[in-house]
Amino acid sequence: MQMTTTFDEMWGRGMGQSQGHSATASDDGASGGPNSRSSRMTQAQTMYEGLRPPYAAFDAWLKGENPGRLLRKQHEAEEVFRLTGITFNVYGRAEAAERLIPFDIIPRIISGREWARLAKGIEQRVRAINAFLHDIYHRQEIIRAGRIPVEMIARNAAFLSKMIGVEPPGGVYTHIVGIDLVRTGEDEFYVLEDNARTPSGVSYMLENRETMLQMFPELFSRNRVRPVSNYPLALRRSLAACAPAATRGDPVVAVLTPGLYNSAYYEHSFLADKMGVELVEGHDLRVVGGRVAMRTTEGYKPIDVLYRRVDDDFLDPLNFNPESGLGVPGIFDVYRAGGITIANAPGTGIADDKAVYSYMPEIVRFYTGEAPILQNVPTWRCNEPQALRYVLDNLHDLVVKEVHGSGGYGMLVGPTSSKKEIATFREKLLANPGNYIAQPTLALSTVPIFTRAGLAPRHVDLRPYVLVSPDGVTITPGGLTRVALKKGSLVVNSSQGGGTKDTWVLEE
Amino acid sequence: MLGKTAGGLYWMFRYLERSENTARLMAAGQRIALTRSHADDEWISVLETTATLDSYSARYGEVTRDNAIQWMLCDRDNTSSVMTVIESARNNARLVRTALTREVWESVNESWMTLKDALSQKVGERELPQVLTLIRNRSAHVRGAFAGTMLRNDIYNFARLGTFIERADNTARLLDVKSYVLLPSASAVGSSLDNVQWETILRSVSAEGAYRMTYGQDVRARNIAQFLILDRRMPRSLAFSVGKLVDNYGYLADCYGTRLDSHAKAGALHSDFLAVGIDEILDAGLHEFIQAFLRDVAEVGSQTEVDYRFYA
Amino acid sequence: MHDPLRLHVRHVTTYDYETPVPWGLQQLRLTPQAHKWQRIINWTLSYEGAQHEATFEDQHRNTVDLVSVEPGATSLRITCEGEVEAIDTAGIVGPQAGYCPLWLFERPTPRTEAGPGCAALVDSVKAEPKLLLRLHDLSAAVAGAVRYETGVSQVGWTAEQALDEGRGVCQDQTHVFLACARAMGIPARYVSGYLLMEKEEQDASHAWAEAWVPDLGWVGFDVANGISPDNRYVRVATGLDYGEAAPVSGARHGTGGEKLSVSVEVRAQ
Repeated sequence: MQMTTTFDEMWGRGMGQSQGHSATASDDGASGGPNSRSSRMTQAQTMYEGLRPPYAAFDAWLKGENPGRLLRKQHEAEEVFRLTGITFNVYGRAEAAERLIPFDIIPRIISGREWARLAKGIEQRVRAINAFLHDIYHRQEIIRAGRIPVEMIARNAAFLSKMIGVEPPGGVYTHIVGIDLVRTGEDEFYVLEDNARTPSGVSYMLENRETMLQMFPELFSRNRVRPVSNYPLALRRSLAACAPAATRGDPVVAVLTPGLYNSAYYEHSFLADKMGVELVEGHDLRVVGGRVAMRTTEGYKPIDVLYRRVDDDFLDPLNFNPESGLGVPGIFDVYRAGGITIANAPGTGIADDKAVYSYMPEIVRFYTGEAPILQNVPTWRCNEPQALRYVLDNLHDLVVKEVHGSGGYGMLVGPTSSKKEIATFREKLLANPGNYIAQPTLALSTVPIFTRAGLAPRHVDLRPYVLVSPDGVTITPGGLTRVALKKGSLVVNSSQGGGTKDTWVLEE
Repeated sequence: MLGKTAGGLYWMFRYLERSENTARLMAAGQRIALTRSHADDEWISVLETTATLDSYSARYGEVTRDNAIQWMLCDRDNTSSVMTVIESARNNARLVRTALTREVWESVNESWMTLKDALSQKVGERELPQVLTLIRNRSAHVRGAFAGTMLRNDIYNFARLGTFIERADNTARLLDVKSYVLLPSASAVGSSLDNVQWETILRSVSAEGAYRMTYGQDVRARNIAQFLILDRRMPRSLAFSVGKLVDNYGYLADCYGTRLDSHAKAGALHSDFLAVGIDEILDAGLHEFIQAFLRDVAEVGSQTEVDYRFYA
Repeated sequence: MHDPLRLHVRHVTTYDYETPVPWGLQQLRLTPQAHKWQRIINWTLSYEGAQHEATFEDQHRNTVDLVSVEPGATSLRITCEGEVEAIDTAGIVGPQAGYCPLWLFERPTPRTEAGPGCAALVDSVKAEPKLLLRLHDLSAAVAGAVRYETGVSQVGWTAEQALDEGRGVCQDQTHVFLACARAMGIPARYVSGYLLMEKEEQDASHAWAEAWVPDLGWVGFDVANGISPDNRYVRVATGLDYGEAAPVSGARHGTGGEKLSVSVEVRAQ
């Protein structure tokens, strides 16, 4: 019954690939290299965000602080997380399956100006993703126009043919998106990945802030930090705005979880709780009277919008994987008949596939008619012979990932791999080039973290959360900052010693 | 409310209740074992009361103090060991997390963490009293957070049903195992041994003080039976538990506007109690009475599961 | 044969359950679509022991009805009945309707994965340069390789399994045809429907294939009968394979077994 989610379900797919220091890349068209010529990358220094203006007021406060008190606060914060039970489950470990993610008390601070630009770029990207999804499941104009090759979709396991011709209520495919970003310079943000299926981690964004407010109320009176706490309300509103035609009265929203043993169960229950909606599992639901209804103490009651945290394949054993015990038989039929909204829509995985990712600049241009505001990491698609040749020649400098792999697994990080590891990987790559893409290593920015020896710089990434409804795109100012706690490490993945911190966006 | 949530609340509170009752039973067991030459006999009776003697024997064979303690506190093979039960209570709490206040959830979560820690090593004779106190304290903590922060709605009522179904069951089992010392023939003997037995019964339900307040120093089998079966002031008596069940079914009937079979079954059980006297019970046979009671309580419980769609 | 032919169809599917079924769902693809060459005069779909839940058009533009088995039912009977007027178009169905891109029909499904058996068939017809004729050759080759015989094959059989066995029903023959056509790079799809035969009482609905021929569009090939469909055929549902075009498919709870009986009656008016 239990879905075999990997740890990365917690973070959505594919976050936390380590990114090397040495930003080397060649944008050499002749080598079959990255399509985005504007994204030429040069040798760069790692940017330390802690010295930047947004940190000024915080620094002043910090200077007056006693390190002993901070250490105590750090422990208190950990205790809060422990008692609250904010845990994730590690797949594959029978014992002590629940773990805490380390929390760092030094916030990451982003200025209002920086955020405004970032938000514009995110909104542009998310609008393009939704337009792309509608097109791909209808006329496929982008393929007809020759802007992306048909194989990109035709040979893609994430393309869900059952979604062809479906008009999702409100026209929204990705109700919730998490865009993974890294920073390399003043106004240089790269998108690592678009999480368009079921991005997770938002409970950490909220709990991290809650903890900081409890620990350091004085900090928030000195800094005007934009609030994140209305995310659950915004989420509920956004979901309700996508209610299907069959809805009578106020839309009934529910969160579908694979269950107690899923790695992100805490988050599922947290979101249901904060939205004030029911947390349901497949076996609580049934098709009744043409609707998907939940079993209550008083009988079956229809659901209008289902925020599902169950993968497409497991959603409906009648229409997809018949072995799934996590889903609801017939829910897809009801969906197609307009009886329920499924968020995110099935089949959105085609938009966050790593091979499709490499076409994102094209996709943004095609559907918005604008130049992309956020940068894409240049990507070599190894199914192209010239690109493959380049990748094979430069394996020691590149990050090579599986096209459909989930983050962190089955990948090569050239700069930190041994000759032997590179040789082994080369064979895997040659055996099935189409299964891989390669990217240069980026110079990720660092931010200060609290250590016993004082502040120390560490590499970070950022996942802001985006809500899409017919009323518009809502981006919560902030997000989840993940930090590599080990000195020099580029791996922000919590299974490998990564932690999180509060992310502040300052009012201007 | 989801049927599953109602079920989760019900079981969460059954398990919490069971953990503290097991702790009380063990405290009384240890105490009496210390006063007797065949000390391990008392552990047999404790195992019988928790209805795990058979599964214990299959695993350990002969009953010894250390094995019995291990079995009832930490053994994961024992579905009623304190550790298993606390873990089940917490898992049910996670399941119904959205129905609980943050304080109740944190209290349950902390109980689980604390007890997991305390029960991670073998608990010896010396540490046993503290560990048992800890178990009861943790349960009291959850109950306190629950009483102090939860809205009095259907969520509350399902939790209370779990508490009192379990309590009625546990007290009844205790009485059954000890029924031979409460029989009129046994009380006629009036030996000091019986006094110790009676004291154990009272201790097992934390009622020594309450009994003295009611009956003074006059410890008699009939009074003890009256107190634990029929006294509606005594919070662990059968009559009290059944009364609370009826109250909570009443609240649910108001809340949902319908009376269901489980209400009727609980009501019938309650009327039986109001009609019967202790002498009648003892004359007809305490064991038979308790067996019928256990059956009825189980029936009320399973009817509740059906009526409120816990599982289907 | 070129005149319109009015066909009367009655198709009854009955499930008898050993024990009462507490819960069950069935997806029905039992409603034919109107086309230039197929006029629906009247058509009704009814069921006993089930109730209607939802109706929608799937990605192949099939009308799908979802029904739930009435809790406690010991039998379920699904009846569709109606009159359809068909003309003979020599098997030509024409352009693709709906949003499914043609490349979708080139992809093998698990049931239509080509193996050595299919490769040999493809090889045997490759000499024919004209696509349409090659497809007719393929149809004949499939009919030779998988002899029509009822009661042998299983619903879950793949194309290669049918070839290994050398026997099967129209479903198996169609799967083999699809696997081979796709292996040749030709878009192909499964069709379920009815066929007027000499014997009015039949014990199953019919199945054939359609392949994409540039300039003509979709063209039907009935392997079992060695012809392209004419005005004796009623086309009901299409899909990548049986799974997507099946007249009835479903899931249920309950431990007991079930007995399925099907009766199809096709008469000319």
